[in-house]
Parts: sequence; structure tokens; C-alpha cells
Amino acid sequence: SLCPVHSVMSVCPPQLSLRAVNSSRSAFASFLFAPLFFQLYEASGPPPHLELCRCKVLMKSFLGVFRSLPSLEKTVGKCLILLKPRASRLVVQLHCKYGVTKTHNLTFQECERLQAVFDTQRCASSLCAPARVLAEAVVHFPQTLAEVTLAAGPGGKISLRNHVEDEAEPGKTMVTELWLAEDEFQMAAVAPGSRITFCLKEFRVSSCPALPSPMSPLSPPPQPPLCPQGLLTFAEASNLPLTVHYDVPGRPVIFTLEDAVLEVHLVLATLSDPESNLQPPTANGVSHLPAPSDDFADDLESYMIAMEPSTYEEGSGVPPIPTFPLCIPDPAESDTEEEEEEEERAVLGTPPHKKFRSLFFGSVLTPGGRGLAPTLEVLAEDSDGEY
Amino acid sequence: MPLSARPPGSGEPYVLSASLDNARHLSSLLRAVHFQDHATCFATVNGLKVTVEDAKCIQANAFIQAEVFQEFDVQEDSVTFRINLSVLLDCLTIFGTSALPGTPTALRMCYRGYSYPLMLFLEEGGVVTVCKINTQEPDELLDFDFCSTNVVNKVILQSEGLREAFAELDMTSEVLQITMSPDKPYFRLSTFGNAGSAHLDYPRDSDLMEAFHCNQTQTNRYKISLLKPSTKALALSCKVSIRTDAQGFLSLQYMIRNEDGQICFVEYYCCPDEDITDAEL
Repeated sequence: SLCPVHSVMSVCPPQLSLRAVNSSRSAFASFLFAPLFFQLYEASGPPPHLELCRCKVLMKSFLGVFRSLPSLEKTVGKCLILLKPRASRLVVQLHCKYGVTKTHNLTFQECERLQAVFDTQRCASSLCAPARVLAEAVVHFPQTLAEVTLAAGPGGKISLRNHVEDEAEPGKTMVTELWLAEDEFQMAAVAPGSRITFCLKEFRVSSCPALPSPMSPLSPPPQPPLCPQGLLTFAEASNLPLTVHYDVPGRPVIFTLEDAVLEVHLVLATLSDPESNLQPPTANGVSHLPAPSDDFADDLESYMIAMEPSTYEEGSGVPPIPTFPLCIPDPAESDTEEEEEEEERAVLGTPPHKKFRSLFFGSVLTPGGRGLAPTLEVLAEDSDGEY
Repeated sequence: MPLSARPPGSGEPYVLSASLDNARHLSSLLRAVHFQDHATCFATVNGLKVTVEDAKCIQANAFIQAEVFQEFDVQEDSVTFRINLSVLLDCLTIFGTSALPGTPTALRMCYRGYSYPLMLFLEEGGVVTVCKINTQEPDELLDFDFCSTNVVNKVILQSEGLREAFAELDMTSEVLQITMSPDKPYFRLSTFGNAGSAHLDYPRDSDLMEAFHCNQTQTNRYKISLLKPSTKALALSCKVSIRTDAQGFLSLQYMIRNEDGQICFVEYYCCPDEDITDAEL
């Protein structure tokens, strides 16, 4: 279920976590495995070494190892994952039936820790349901569907509806709407009238297996898993309820699965509400606010301006956007990691042609690191604002 | 090649005539060697051999013994011709490739000799199709000179264990490296692709290992693109014998049981890509 979301997966001991982000940085997924998830978990080497063992592996290569899920279940007895930093290899060894051993030596690159900054506590609404309920709901939507809107309706009902572009002709579009009663959910604490729209299409990729779970045998998905459907398939198979946390349009929606040995998060950007463009920002400069209009959608400069609350000018028409703090890695990190730092610092990404709020990915501050840095200095103020 | 001189009144003017109740017995085997458009057919009283070659490095042979046919008649010592294998397969499967157990396609194959086309009569459910496929001068074929006395290492594996491995071979690797040794890792298939290297080890005491005769540690590399077509033969087979000789030439022999339980063979011969005598990690 990680597959469709990303281009790169990063492995970060001591707790094994697999994280991925998609190329437009509007989606982030993370699977956190406690050592108990594994039969044997050994992190060797003195603590400083552990810090260095953050690596990123091409998802395609990693998944290539687990390519054939049905046969994996039948033939693989044990899977051994070793990290060999000196040889720059991530070794995945599958011990199969008949004494056959498959050893994959995957190349990896060291990288900065990848972490989307989000907080489920700050979400106004949350829903919890067995994955089956949501999976069955999503199945009604066509495969080519790009966005779906989740809304809290009257009587505590929750609706799922495909999102229709404003420009689309009413006569030529098909709208599918599905209502779920409150009692289908294990928990539903939603702000009345709330709704969010998130993207399914971005995550479509042709077949990829979900990670095998030692806890319960996975039944192979009948169709290529599509995140969040990929996540739903995984959740169904592991028999875990899925929790959805969301806030207002524009703020990310967070899907989580949790159990004693595993924690999974999928964070997706949501479409911001065009009507709310007219609302003024809140006093502290951090707002739930409107994405800039399309003129600014790809304008990095204006985002940077917005990041600095002090440069916000009343009525300039350049609303401050984002809601997540940007963290800059400590430049004392080794030179080889500079490239990754650069990459992580340029945190803004917007799915093109969409009014999505982007998620900010910051490198997590290492202890003693700096806060918001002067690298966000505005070089040129945007001149398109209205006065 | 002289035209066959048939004595008058002997009936059949064909140098080769054969009948097969189920054309799939032939078509499935031919598909296992179909990696080039052209093939050379070689018929003797023992049966039919179809050879396909590529790049002067690889040769595949499909053997269909005379006993598999309901009727198999060869009027000369040997009959050889070159034919377009793609066309031949299309004709053999003209009624479709899906396996309907109740209605096999019956085949009658006739060849008058040099310069004549190969005639195929195919019948299914009362519908008859007649195909005439032009034949050509047979090519000079490679002789790998692979005889038992030259064999250095040999293993026989149950195909079940290799099928998936071959189907999932990392095709971004240019070579497939085969290591055979009396010591660990015994029998190892390795690829070196974009993601890194992958090794598949089969221990000598594995249940899959029907026979293990390795006298010397040998590591040889073969172009993966040349060997990949052998996956088809592997998929059909129940057992495979893997042999290498002193020069690193590879022989893969697949034992295939058809729907009626009859045994046929397909073999692949391949030249090594480089000469490596020491084991390489």
C-alpha cells in the first residue's frame, strides 16, 4: 500500500520506519514498526552509528523484492533485512521453501529524515471505522476518479461524493454520492457541515503488493491497490480499524492505523475551498486559510513571503498560507548530505493546476539545530497584489 | 537436395507426412522455442526437431518424438527445411489458443520435399483449414558439441523451484550469472541490475534438487536477454537439467510432459558472455 504514493522510501532505525512521499509532495505515508513486529530486531553499533543509518531506497527496487505476493505467502518462511552502511547496501534476504535463499542487495542513499509535520490532535473532526466499511464505500467510485469529497451531513451521516470540477459541464458529468450512517462508524466526532476533498488519482500505479504482515496472512488484493485504497486493503487484511482525522478544507487529511506493533499514517493534501478566499487571516498569521489564487499557485516567491508573518501586508492580496512550521536541518551535518538538505528545504510543492494546499516537509531539527532560518529571506516582494 | 523419387503406386508422394490428434502437442512445444521468426525443421524416423538460433550465441531445440504423433512417416533419411515459425504457429493455432478440453484441433502435416511448401490441414469441430507455408533453404546450424564427456557440472532441478525465479529475473541486469560448485553456494543464479544485485541460492540438499554433480567451482555469465525466452520452456516443464562444460557453455534441457502424459524435450544451448573462472560475489 505504500507503493503508489511515492518515489522514494526511507528506512530509519532504531524503530524501523518506512516513509514515502510523492513527487508533488502532496502526500506522505509512514509505516512505523516497533521492534516487536519482527521476530528478531537487532540494531547494532554504538548510538552515533544509528543516527547515520537513515537511508532511502527506490521504492521500485524494494518492491521488486516482494513482487509476487501470493507466491511469497506460500514460499517464504522468513525475511531478513540487514542494513550495511559501509557497503551502502540494504540486504533483504528471503528464506524460502526447499531451502532456497533469495538475497537482494539494494543500493541506498543516505538521507535526511523525512517527516511531514502534522498533528492529529489539531484536527476538528475524526472518524473511525473498520477498514471494510470504507473500502466498500470507495469501490463504488470509478477507477479514473481524481478527487472525492467526504462530508458530514445532517443526522450524523457521512457522505462520500466525487468531486466535480467547476469548469465541467453539468450535463456531461456523472456524480456518485454515497451516504454512511453514523452507526457504521466505531467513532464519529465530526464538525457538522464539515467537508474535505482529497485526491485518489494521484496514487494510481499499476500493481504493487502491500507489505506482508507476519500477524495475519494477507489475501492478495483482487485489483492493484490504490492508496488510500492500498491502505484500506492493508487495513482490511490486518483487521485494524482506520481512523480519519480532518480539519477544514486545505488542511491535510490524515488516515491512521494503529496497533501494538505498528503505526501507519497516510497524510494527504486536501483541496481548499474557493469561497474562503474572502476570509481575512487570523491575527497570529497562522491561518486555516485560502490557497492563493491560481496566479500564485506555482509562484514560489509568494509562498515564501507568506511564510514570514512580518511581511504580510494587509490587503496586499497575498494571503499567508501555510500552517506547518518549516524546519531547516542543522548545516553541521556532513557534506554528503547537503544535496538532500537542499531538496528538503525547498519544501513547497503543489500538484500542478490544482488549488491544493501543499504539505510542508521539513527535515526534523536535530538537537541544537536552528529554527526558521534566514534562508527564507524574501528577495523580491510580489508586485501582483491588489492595493 | 534432390526431389524425392517416389516409386509409382506407392501412394503418398510426401517425404514427410504426419498426423496429430491434438495440434497443441506441437504448438505448445514450438512456442517454447519461439524467440526468432525463423526455424529449421529436421525430420527423421525418430521424430521432428525444430531449431531456433540467435546471435550465433544461443540455440534452442524442440524435440517431438515420432511416438507422440498418431502417424509419422519420413521417406528419406532426413528431411530438412527452414520455415517461418511465427507463421507456422499462427496456423497451428488458427482455431484459437484457448484450451477447450472437448475439442482439440487435429492436424495433418505434409511436405513434398525441397522447394515445396509445408501443407497443414487443421480440423476442429468439422471445420477444416488448409495452410500452405513456403519453405526455404535450411541454414547452417551451430554445433555446440556438447557431449556428456565434456560436462563439468550438472544439476537436475524440479522446474517448480525455478519457474518463479526466472519469471522474476531482474531484467535491468545485462547478464545472468550461474555459479555451480561442490561447495557453498552450490547452485546460484545472480543478477546485477539497477537496484543492486540479487542472488538466488539452491542448496545441494534441497528437495528441489533431483541430482547434483558438481566437480568444480564454475561461475559463468550469460546474456540475460538471450536466456529469458527459456522461461517459456521452463514454464511447461517438470524438470530441468543444467549443465556446463569446460568452456562455460551452458546446456539447459527441459523435460516436458504433454496433456496426454507423453514426454518431449526442449533444450537451450548458450555461449558464456565472459570467461570467469573464480567465483564472483
